[in-house]
Amino acid sequence: MTRLQSAFAKGHPALVCFVTAGDGPTPAILDALVEGGADVIELGMPFTDPMADGPAIQKANLRALAAGITTSTIFKLAAEFRVRHPEVPLVLMGYANPMITRGPQWFADQCADAGVDGVICVDIPPEEDGELGPYLREKGISLIRLATPTTDVARLPAVLDGSSGFLYYVSVAGITGKQSAALASIEEAVTRIKQTAQIPVAVGFGVRTPEQAGPIARVADGVVVGSAFIDLIAQHGDDAAGPVRELATALAGAVHSARKELA
Amino acid sequence: MTIKTPNSFRNQPNESGHFGQFGGRYVAETLMPLILDLEAEYRKAKTDPSFQAEFDDLLEHYVGRPSPLYFAPRLTEELGGAQIWLKRDELNHTGAHKINNCVGQILLAIRMGKTRIIAETGAGQHGVATATVCARFGLPCVIFMGATDVARQAPNVFRMKLLGAEVVPVTAGAATLKDAMNEALRDWVANVHDTFYIIGTAAGPHPYPELVRDFQSVIGREARAQLLSRTGRLPDLLVASIGGGSNSIGLFHPFLDDPTVKMLGVEAAGHGLDKLHAASLAGGRPGILHGNKTYLLQDEDGQILEGHSISAGLDYPGIGPEHAWLKENGRVDYTSVTDTEALAGFQLLCRTEGIIPALEPAHAIAALQKVAPTMDKDAIIIANLCGRGDKDIFAVAEHLGVSL
Repeated sequence: MTRLQSAFAKGHPALVCFVTAGDGPTPAILDALVEGGADVIELGMPFTDPMADGPAIQKANLRALAAGITTSTIFKLAAEFRVRHPEVPLVLMGYANPMITRGPQWFADQCADAGVDGVICVDIPPEEDGELGPYLREKGISLIRLATPTTDVARLPAVLDGSSGFLYYVSVAGITGKQSAALASIEEAVTRIKQTAQIPVAVGFGVRTPEQAGPIARVADGVVVGSAFIDLIAQHGDDAAGPVRELATALAGAVHSARKELA
Repeated sequence: MTIKTPNSFRNQPNESGHFGQFGGRYVAETLMPLILDLEAEYRKAKTDPSFQAEFDDLLEHYVGRPSPLYFAPRLTEELGGAQIWLKRDELNHTGAHKINNCVGQILLAIRMGKTRIIAETGAGQHGVATATVCARFGLPCVIFMGATDVARQAPNVFRMKLLGAEVVPVTAGAATLKDAMNEALRDWVANVHDTFYIIGTAAGPHPYPELVRDFQSVIGREARAQLLSRTGRLPDLLVASIGGGSNSIGLFHPFLDDPTVKMLGVEAAGHGLDKLHAASLAGGRPGILHGNKTYLLQDEDGQILEGHSISAGLDYPGIGPEHAWLKENGRVDYTSVTDTEALAGFQLLCRTEGIIPALEPAHAIAALQKVAPTMDKDAIIIANLCGRGDKDIFAVAEHLGVSL
């Protein structure tokens, strides 16, 4: 079983936490997420032009770039994380250009060497899979795709084809950190997607609090939280690890126990 | 790299929206179904005579086409070489070639039942053209414009507002054109159900580079027919400035399969190619941004660099993907001219022909200064005069040290 498969086979829904590499004290923040109970870590690769992100993550990208983050530093952060946390899956999330700029083979090799488990690329849809997907799969790295409210039944199989690890259901048609979707629409979408998907479905975009995360975890295999952590890091800077641990703990409590409350 | 010469240079993009290795559809999943819908609708529109008839009618009676093809005798004499003919797209309604594309795209938006229009703009010319067609068809219009550009293009901001558009200043990044495009994409993702994005240049995800080119190709089709009827022959050289590349691809495309016609695209070399500039082909390398793969100004990690040009309309770190392909297969030559050379070209055209060009085509005029004198006197050059210079007189005055 891969680390990602194990993370979704713990007998409870998974908490997936996103932070931007190089924004704040990243190693301490990643440790705090794990200590708080995160089951999967998404590490954002900063990009100058984060077109799918709202103001919070846009600013985090620019802060990280201004602080001097580079692709080689990101792989170093990932490799060091892998040593400290041999069992926790780490996924890189970002935009196509930094991933393919030295060639997709280079990127896949670096991911494999650093112990990266999966890659989410916002702007490579299934139609352009050849740009990156085959190179990742050949190295045993999961390509994790996004499905959205505009991904209809006819299109879903194409989105799932060649993807593994989990499917990231973007619950709102929009950018990160803004509005949140109504629970009923999330339930309907996840139920529909799970009829086709053979892999776990994690729900994200607009999920910020334990009160939002718990009910979503009753229907989804995982819940993704990002902008709420980014806001804490923006607020606390070098001292962000403590508040990040607190939020992760509260979210993990809600997500991990979501189905127990049902019973 | 060996490049095979294709049978035709006019049959791109392929079915997946690629021009060779360039172009494509690199967008977030939320937009993908809409992009596919747009392509399907455009295929239908292209073969629908009523769509073409409405487009042609608006271009004739609203935009004022065909634009003249004008022989420039004093500029020709001054440069002492090839005959220079100017395609006068600066005489269009709204003062630039941008309106051709906006008319086409708003007709597509209406066909698709979309009720809200968004667009990005740099200098404001595409924003004004978009606001114009929105007023003409009674659709609400939101224009995203970098806050830096809002400050330096105040007259165009006021024009857009007069035309009923909402102008949203974008403060992200360097607050210029690429940031405005990011913000327009963010708005689109959140409003795909009712919103149509009128992209201003021959870039972005497929099918935009194709449809913008097709709508702008009226420039080259007219020029080809006009020169044939006036002289009985084809030109030897076409010259046009390139930011994203819509005016140049519009002029070039109808001539691509005429092997005797050479073409020269002119990028903005800004302060110089070793300093700040906006020449993606000369100083960039292939990458992915704003939905397409093309040449980009970027660092070794693939982070996008800011472009610089005296012309806000050329100030973009990418270029349309068809140009990237035409560069790689060698069908079109590309060069660049600096801010200083463009200013000289601007003044030259004012002085010799009584035409104040926009700073964008001033780059094409500057290239003429280098190339025309090297050609025979019976050779013919068509240069695309894609915009008029009223909007630029303040910037030019500042650069010339004149206070107004």
